Amino acid sequence: MIGVELGKVGRRPRTWVSIGMLCALPALVAIFLAVTERGPGPGEEPAFLSAVLANGALFPAAALAIVLPIFLPVAVAVVGGDAIAGEASAGTLRYLLLRPVSRTRLLIAKLVSLVAFVLAAVVLVAVTSFIVGITLFPSEPAAVTSVSGVTLTANELVARIAAAVIYVAVSMLGVGAIALFLSTVTDSALGAALGSLAALVTSQVLVTLDAAGAVRPYLPTRYWLAWIDLFRDPIPWRDIDRGLALQAVYVAVFLAMAWANFATKDITS
Amino acid sequence: MITTSALTKRYGAVAVVDGVDLAVAEGDRYGLLGPNGSGKTTLIRLLLGLVYATSGDIELMGHPVPRGLDAVLPQVGALVEEPSAYGHLTGRTNLAILDAAGPGGARRTRRSRIDAALDKVGLAGIDNRPVKAYSMGMRQRLGLAAALLRTPRLLVLDEPTNGLDPQGIREIRDLLHQLNTAGTTVFLSSHLLAEVDQLCTRVGVVNQGRLVLQSDLADLRTPTGRVIVATPDADRAAALLDGHIEHRTGDRLLVRDTDPAALNARLVAAGVRVEQIAAERRTLEDVVLAVTRPGSDRVDRPDDRR
Repeated sequence: MIGVELGKVGRRPRTWVSIGMLCALPALVAIFLAVTERGPGPGEEPAFLSAVLANGALFPAAALAIVLPIFLPVAVAVVGGDAIAGEASAGTLRYLLLRPVSRTRLLIAKLVSLVAFVLAAVVLVAVTSFIVGITLFPSEPAAVTSVSGVTLTANELVARIAAAVIYVAVSMLGVGAIALFLSTVTDSALGAALGSLAALVTSQVLVTLDAAGAVRPYLPTRYWLAWIDLFRDPIPWRDIDRGLALQAVYVAVFLAMAWANFATKDITS
Repeated sequence: MITTSALTKRYGAVAVVDGVDLAVAEGDRYGLLGPNGSGKTTLIRLLLGLVYATSGDIELMGHPVPRGLDAVLPQVGALVEEPSAYGHLTGRTNLAILDAAGPGGARRTRRSRIDAALDKVGLAGIDNRPVKAYSMGMRQRLGLAAALLRTPRLLVLDEPTNGLDPQGIREIRDLLHQLNTAGTTVFLSSHLLAEVDQLCTRVGVVNQGRLVLQSDLADLRTPTGRVIVATPDADRAAALLDGHIEHRTGDRLLVRDTDPAALNARLVAAGVRVEQIAAERRTLEDVVLAVTRPGSDRVDRPDDRR
């Protein structure tokens, strides 16, 4: 079933359109930057962009920072929200269950294909932006300066970007799990996607609000930017660890809810 | 094959399926009749484990539902409401996805399974158009092909001839006949009396969630105790049978009598020429209309109700 599900996601034009757009946005930013050579000041958002002008090899990190806040979570919410609700509204859900595919296995297959989508999207963003970075900017992959001012070797850089890719992908799993849960609740894929985006926006508003300090450590977007720490020396692991643990909790809770709901639900679509 | 006892499904206070005791034997061609909104589709969803019962038991091929579904469903082909497929993929790809999704069957033989199923429903020469370009009849045939993909022992079909033209309906009826002869039990729902009348051996009638009738079709068509006589000498026949004529239209007489052979002899002996004579039998329509009320799609003004 997992293979079938991956095949279905891979055959959907929508998958590739959204990944293409994810890759195009950083490229667009890079073009503007290369033409005008006017970067944001050091320390301003998006992260790393000021450093890219000096060394294009760092552009994958900047690209991740560009797609992370809005574009990537929207894509994940759309794919996750479509998982069960899309099958339900197309009427294919009942025929899959009658085949028979057990409800638990269907949910697992949907989760695996969602994870595969997230990974493919983040990896492709990193790869294309690396190519874009070294073509448009002067670059020395062997001598990237970390945020703390220490020079990184090429191997170190690749390892840290790979780690950042994994961290960003894991950060998206929380949203994915929320979208997947909502997808089992409603028969409308759009409703599920918008619902999980509403949860994200709420979280992002509360993260910036001092008055909400008490709940801040538990918000799903709280540690989203912690991967920037991977480019410091020495790496402060505290926020990264917490970010991973927090996503694990969100994934566990919402998957359990999705499973409990889906396994006992009347399929009337 | 299918047995339910006191099967009930409530949504809130409304019992959509209410105390249904269904009995379908192996080899039956069973027709489930009932007005729109009488609970036919919910009953089918209950049987297939898509919807869970509020109370009561279901047994399919000796396994309890929903607990034994894993053992049951591989031997069941089903069409629930309208057929559905991934619109952007071809019919073949859709069948391949469905075939690969579940247990059993080697990948090597998938192609031949799909070809055989398409062949049965008359789609053997199907091209590479995506399903969204199919006509309604083609979709219906594709849905049937999906149901037949695993050569099931039991076919559960909800309105299987929906969207088909008379030619197609005939074809599907012949196909179901054939499959039934080869040992497949057929359970179908319909609101088309003629369809059930021509195909089924056994009928169940649901009305407002209750199974109000379940019987062999042959037993339903009992004589009514009246004989229909057509004769060019209707006046003389009427005089002869005075007091037994219930109704007369032109040269057709409805005679209260249980023995058409004796009646015929008597008429002929009296010199009445008989064109047609036959015992009147109840039709499926008479039976069904007697036990059902208008469907839920008819909404009368409250003061019209008596």
